Amino acid sequence: MPTTITVTVNGTTRTNEVDERLLLVQYLREVQNLTGTHIGCDTSNCGACTVHLNGKAVKSCTVFAVQADGGTVKTVEGLASNGVMHPMQAAFKEKHGLQCGFCTPGMIMTSIELLERNPNPSEAEIRRGIRGNLCRCTGYHNIVEAVKFAAAGTGGKK
Amino acid sequence: MVTMTSAPFEYMRPKTVAEASRLLSKYGGGAKLLAGGHSLVPLMKLRLASPQALIDLSGVGELKGINSSASGLSIGAMTTYHELESSVEVQRAAPLLADAASQVADAQVRNFGTIGGAVSHSDPSADLPAVVLALDAVMKTATQRAGRDIPVERFFKDFLTTALRQNEVLTRIEVPKLPANTGTSYIKQSNKASHYAVVGVAAVITLGADGVCERARVAITGAGPYAVRAKRTERMLVGKKLAPNVIRNAAKRAGAEISGSFNEDVHASAGYREAMTQVFAERAITAAVANAR
Repeated sequence: MPTTITVTVNGTTRTNEVDERLLLVQYLREVQNLTGTHIGCDTSNCGACTVHLNGKAVKSCTVFAVQADGGTVKTVEGLASNGVMHPMQAAFKEKHGLQCGFCTPGMIMTSIELLERNPNPSEAEIRRGIRGNLCRCTGYHNIVEAVKFAAAGTGGKK
Repeated sequence: MVTMTSAPFEYMRPKTVAEASRLLSKYGGGAKLLAGGHSLVPLMKLRLASPQALIDLSGVGELKGINSSASGLSIGAMTTYHELESSVEVQRAAPLLADAASQVADAQVRNFGTIGGAVSHSDPSADLPAVVLALDAVMKTATQRAGRDIPVERFFKDFLTTALRQNEVLTRIEVPKLPANTGTSYIKQSNKASHYAVVGVAAVITLGADGVCERARVAITGAGPYAVRAKRTERMLVGKKLAPNVIRNAAKRAGAEISGSFNEDVHASAGYREAMTQVFAERAITAAVANAR
């Protein structure tokens, strides 16, 4: 029995009929055609599917799309503005915070929230903050460097 | 083509506890309450749970918020782990709860997982059941008609089983103010992938002016089918000065209430959990005593 939901994704509000059991990540990828959000483990371990739901980082494989009804979602596609990368995207590029790139959208979404809450994290706080995101290439060194670089770039401000 | 991992269900988002309770009654055991969903949704995706209806509590305002008073804290069941760990009131009145919440899973899970969901689910490896046991919390519940207060000691009944009745909603968790000279600690051996507790121990220790233990609460999670108080250990602490050998001897009895039913799974054998129960009880009690001084 489909349910009608209205969700604002990256600033655009859309209304769709969805199956109640459609996951938020499936809604983003298959209904909204926003394939920047990846499905990794599909068991809420790896964090590849991390997006911001109502301003908070969430593993979108562990939320049904109907739960986002009336809410706002931000995905990696919504970060750049006017062709200018978000500082966290620029930092991942500058520090080469990726190898295969599969975990990168989730890493970036988690890291943005991390700096919003703690603008000057220590390396230990960064590693702890991204522990819900797994990099199968084990490229954590440069990922942590990227988050540090982004934090320095914001001058400790949000 | 999208693969549907869960079985089909009806979805509803009531605005009040009474309405949520009415819906639970209507489905007669076929419905599940959805809090943060970070235990239930994975179970549904594996079809280990296939409720006919999901009653999403995210719109129920009366289940939210943390109130602080002279008698302690009143915590809405829909309070998230992140709200617990970042709340100044919780950090001040129940640092054990704030600290344990900060150890749950990861940032994304803590943004959505709730205290009410965690304790109602009674997962044998969840952190907060041990913490609310050690804090002598009172679980406030409501149905359409009436409410009741369940002392936490009577709340956890078995593996994934609590004292909640079929149409009953856990509304608030009340944490009494701790006595003076009380130290607390929660220490766990964390599963490396999920950060669930292989074994976790919460300790709340009150010392008298002479350094003698006046009151002890020690609770264990992860080790057995559900979280329990280690009462044998508690009795071996009260009335004594807590020198390291006293703590060690008491901690050796920390598995007494679980004896014969230690969990055995891919993460750890029953024997290993039994041994770690003693080790982590000793560490948690030692840390709590240090905080009490």
